[in-house]
Amino acid sequence: MAKNLPAPKSLDWAYAPSRESTDIVKLEGRYGLFIDGKFRAPLSRKYFQTVNPATEEPLAQVASANAADVNRAVKAARAAFDNGWGDLSGVERAKFLFRIARMIQERSREMAVLETLDGGKPIRESRDVDLPLVAAHFFYYAGWADKLEYAFPGLKPEPLGVAGQVIPWNFPLMMLAWKIAPALAAGNTVVLKPAETTPLSALLFAQLASEAGLPPGVINIITGAGETGAALVEHPDVDKVAFTGSTAVGKRIATSLAGTDKRLTLELGGKAAHVIFDDAPIDQAIEGVINGIFFNQGHVCCAGSRLFVQETIHDRFVEKLKRRLNTLRVGDPLDKNTDVGAINSAEQLARISELVEAGQEEGAEMYQPACELPGNGFWFRPTLFTGVSQSHRIAQEEIFGPVLSIMSFRTPDEAVEKANNTPYGLSAGVWTQKGSRILWMADRLQAGVVWANTYNKFDPASPFGGYKESGFGREGGRHGLLAYLKGVDE
Amino acid sequence: MTPRLEVKKTYKLYINGEFPRSESGRSYPALSADGDVLARVARGSRKDLRDAVRAARTAQEKWAAKSGYNRGQILYRIAEMIEDRASAFAEQLAAGGLTSARARREVGESVDRMVWYAGWADKFSQIFGNLNPVAGPFFNISAPEPTGVVGIVAPETPALLGLVSRLAPVIVSGNAAVVVASESQPLPAITFSEVLESSDVPSGVVNILTGSAEELVPWLADHMDVNAVDLAGASAEVTLRAQEGAVHNVKRLVGKSGYSDAQSPYLIAAFTETKTVWHPKGL
Repeated sequence: MAKNLPAPKSLDWAYAPSRESTDIVKLEGRYGLFIDGKFRAPLSRKYFQTVNPATEEPLAQVASANAADVNRAVKAARAAFDNGWGDLSGVERAKFLFRIARMIQERSREMAVLETLDGGKPIRESRDVDLPLVAAHFFYYAGWADKLEYAFPGLKPEPLGVAGQVIPWNFPLMMLAWKIAPALAAGNTVVLKPAETTPLSALLFAQLASEAGLPPGVINIITGAGETGAALVEHPDVDKVAFTGSTAVGKRIATSLAGTDKRLTLELGGKAAHVIFDDAPIDQAIEGVINGIFFNQGHVCCAGSRLFVQETIHDRFVEKLKRRLNTLRVGDPLDKNTDVGAINSAEQLARISELVEAGQEEGAEMYQPACELPGNGFWFRPTLFTGVSQSHRIAQEEIFGPVLSIMSFRTPDEAVEKANNTPYGLSAGVWTQKGSRILWMADRLQAGVVWANTYNKFDPASPFGGYKESGFGREGGRHGLLAYLKGVDE
Repeated sequence: MTPRLEVKKTYKLYINGEFPRSESGRSYPALSADGDVLARVARGSRKDLRDAVRAARTAQEKWAAKSGYNRGQILYRIAEMIEDRASAFAEQLAAGGLTSARARREVGESVDRMVWYAGWADKFSQIFGNLNPVAGPFFNISAPEPTGVVGIVAPETPALLGLVSRLAPVIVSGNAAVVVASESQPLPAITFSEVLESSDVPSGVVNILTGSAEELVPWLADHMDVNAVDLAGASAEVTLRAQEGAVHNVKRLVGKSGYSDAQSPYLIAAFTETKTVWHPKGL
């Protein structure tokens, strides 16, 4: 058969788009609030629009919860906690969570496409990274639900009650999983507010939780902007607040909780140092650096946004990085070839642009590949800055976009000094062939996660969270349970 | 009209993902509590046992190399498939003498037990492993690894829950198992092997032999390529014989004669070896 086929005249390796179909997603025109097991019209009677950031086309109207709506949701969560969820045996809670994990696996393509439509991230990432991690997170914590007495020696495991959870727009479903899975495993009930620009996947998740037969009120999803989140964390009947987002908002939340007995965990911003020693495997390190800063358009709190290259290889490394930058495909997030998708919102695009302008004004040298950007939507070219000094805003402030600030160092001590010269402390990366040096660096880097000869690796079994102003508390792993269990003095 | 003639199932061994009869050609009758012959089942031989150990040894390395998450999902799948065959199990357990309510309860408990152990797959090393604060510039970490090939003498009763309770903690960490099934009530174990065969458990990870425990267990305990034996289902005489045989290759022996209803991560730990790794810290 094959031997009779004529040889192709010429092989054309030009780019061919490969667009994921969106047929799998059925959107409703308007979404209510998911409270007490049902979608309900908001008492506020207000709705807002969520758009596709890659096209600026409206996707759906979403309810905007006011204080009265928040109150309803918290009451439902409290009733669900009091009426049995808090006392349900661990094995039954476990089976609910396992069931949810399986249902996510079954519908993972649909959820991945929705995530990309609403948030702008490349389908390759939502399909191959976000959704598998979401299912894995539920699976992992499902297994803890009936084993809590083994998690912490001497600690009698007791849930806190109602958790109010506010999550960001960069990994909407993954952040939902990080919040809901450990909270439910520990026996709490939750009210969760997804980000204003990416509410849809959380609402689809609410449908799925309801199909799983989860008792009403155990999970409540309320949508809205900052005021909705503020009303949630300030609600007097919330026992625990978990927030992932900017350091500025995290500090406001901590302020508003002062004087209350609410438990708080914060996963905030970052300005991670990515340190490359001259004995590092260069080509692997280049891939690590690219992944570290351009994964999810750099909308990643642990993005490796400050690159420190040992002086001896600095110029060669930067040249290779520039060449690699030119191979990145920027554009339609639904195209399976896309490496860098859309910026999440006009507001975020403005913030990135402002900081990049500041970088140029302060004297750093900018490099961008000459890639074409789509006409509509929010886009930003992958960007490098060389000649950055420690005091530049682009070396100090979190940009949360595809912008890398490159600096150099001579000695390991200098690398540590510079890497730690930031109020943040979420993550860090080290590339060197020498194992003892990795561990020496890991001891000195003030960061909650240190990746060695790799970057941006996540696993439900591995704790994640920050030092210093990157927040406190850990999500993931055995340690992630601690945020949702009573401590020894409660 | 003549009634339709029922097609009866042949009950065979489960070795390396296949269902052979005993190479010895022997079988024995499995009796109900009332003394009726339910079926004839294979009476495994020494050769069958050796085949099973070889299959387990071959399968073990790859099984252990799978991620804990993956093994956990496979154990969870086993639970799904037990639930799916709940009525077949309940019928066999009832034939063994349980009321139908108790039989159904045992099946439910077996499902839940498998789910419970499934969750440990990616967690037990977080409980039994740790960083050791040694007095020097060293990174020093201890973590459990599966011991290898484990022989399991399944309890006579409960015929399903006992088997599940002893098997799950062995395979969850990455060991491969050779099980000697309940001699008096072998049918649930054979049906369970059909569950395993349809649950993405790789061939050879679990092998189930039916036959005489008095014959099979000493061969298992003497076998130089078996790392540990669980004696929970062994009689006092068989236990003593196994303890003598186990000496030759310093087998780990776990489980006292007489089944207990234990569900414990320490049963997982019992079939692991602790490995400690040192690495210097410094420039």
